[in-house]
Amino acid sequence: MSCWETIADYGLRSIGIGERLLPRDGFTLCQQFTLIGSGLIWNIYFGVLALAAGFFLATAVALGKASNTWAVRKASAWFIFVFRGSPLFIQFFFAYFLFLTLKPVSPIFDPFTAAWLGALIVLFLNTAAYSGEIFFGALQSVPRGDIEAADAYGMTGWTRFRRVTWPTMLRLAWPAYTNEAIFLFHATTLVYFSGFPAWQQKGDALYYANFFADKTFNPFIPYPILAFYFILLTLVIISLFGLINRRLNRHLPQEVRARVKLKLNVIR
Amino acid sequence: MGLYWSFGTVLLLLAITAPIALAFGFGGATAARSRIAPIRWFGKGYIAIVRGVPDIAFFLFFVLALDIFFEWIRHEIKCPDWSDAIWQGNDFVVCSAAKLPMGNAPQWVHETYGFFLAVLTFAIVFGAFAANVLYGAMRAVPRNQLETAEAYGLSRRQVYWRILVPQMWVFALPGLSNLWLVLIKATPLLFLLGVEDIVYWARELGGAKTPRFTDYPHGDWRVWYFLFLLVFYLAFTRVSEIVLDKLMLKLTHGQATMGGEAQRKAA
Repeated sequence: MSCWETIADYGLRSIGIGERLLPRDGFTLCQQFTLIGSGLIWNIYFGVLALAAGFFLATAVALGKASNTWAVRKASAWFIFVFRGSPLFIQFFFAYFLFLTLKPVSPIFDPFTAAWLGALIVLFLNTAAYSGEIFFGALQSVPRGDIEAADAYGMTGWTRFRRVTWPTMLRLAWPAYTNEAIFLFHATTLVYFSGFPAWQQKGDALYYANFFADKTFNPFIPYPILAFYFILLTLVIISLFGLINRRLNRHLPQEVRARVKLKLNVIR
Repeated sequence: MGLYWSFGTVLLLLAITAPIALAFGFGGATAARSRIAPIRWFGKGYIAIVRGVPDIAFFLFFVLALDIFFEWIRHEIKCPDWSDAIWQGNDFVVCSAAKLPMGNAPQWVHETYGFFLAVLTFAIVFGAFAANVLYGAMRAVPRNQLETAEAYGLSRRQVYWRILVPQMWVFALPGLSNLWLVLIKATPLLFLLGVEDIVYWARELGGAKTPRFTDYPHGDWRVWYFLFLLVFYLAFTRVSEIVLDKLMLKLTHGQATMGGEAQRKAA
């Protein structure tokens, strides 16, 4: 079987298109590359959607934490503390069993026990908390002068936020937010190891890498392949976020622009 | 009973791993600063590779890889006249004397060995992060301090041990305390390594796969067990934060940094 056939068979295996049976023996390098790459679709799916949705909640949470109202401030601070202070792994487990318990209550909760929705919600809340903290920090360091200038122009409320506070906040937070994004993609690998079942063996990249490592008892091939894919993914994220960073900083002279510095953290 | 022991397992893992990881980190940072190029490359490579890849992949990888590595070394020592290839296709075969742990060993040896592998894996991964923090801290020590020491005629080694290392801790502490919090949050991954930790027991005790025939007189309580774990971790994190803040306050005392300056003004 040529490599092209393998790609045709297993390229979209992780979303259920193509050959049903996974290879049983005589694993080739091509099969490993194809299946692990196919699993990466799920990592990208979780990462992109959680990040996109989380961005808005994060802004809201950051504003909430900086709010003058006691109740809103406390609620936002607790939200951030709960999601940043506990392991994501436990959060996944807890959410999965919570949804499982809710399942008999109403059929509405059926899709929540599946990874595509349940895990996505956990990741969404989690990234919202982490980036909320980043945005809050940036919001605190928006220069006073900017706000005063906006006041002098007669801007208030929404206009001032939309035109002055928010862009400055994003500009200040962007390097840290880039790291958060990279980190979130790494965190997506936890999904299928935390209770959420991989139905019909449709899993993410790590799921397949683990599958091969278990079958061959040889971790030296699948995991480096996984690492290769993730380094590639990280580079793509850095360049995309770099473009946005350029746009956010386009009004500033060259030397004062904030550079995105890669600062990787470990597990969340 | 297992559930209570498993909390001990987690705390023990933290207590053992933290110093070992710190030692790894110290070694890595020292290597990355070395004047000899290969050692420097090794130190920098170690830091860069471990930090660039999803950590969970490392946890899965190292446990298997270390296991193979140990068995291979024992194989080379104990069975020098073994004629077959070790890699037979996709199978990894060593002579039975080299098996780790021995096939006939009691259960607790197997468990301890698994725990040992877990500690080593955690130490390798977190060592890289600690190395990065310490490397940064070493560079943050004011240059003048080192130059002054050199002017007094101290050798490179003396400068390193007497000036650089004592002063770097205050710069390293924020990073290290962050790392500690992260380490706490990484402990549930023990479950993936096959150690019977709290996640394992929460699943076992709470679960009731066949509700009618279960030993436990309740339904699916895993939600509550995991809620309890969530609260446990939150509390643990909070306590650590408070302790580390106190420590930072102590260490900044009398330092020529912003924190130290603020303390001086307040006093």
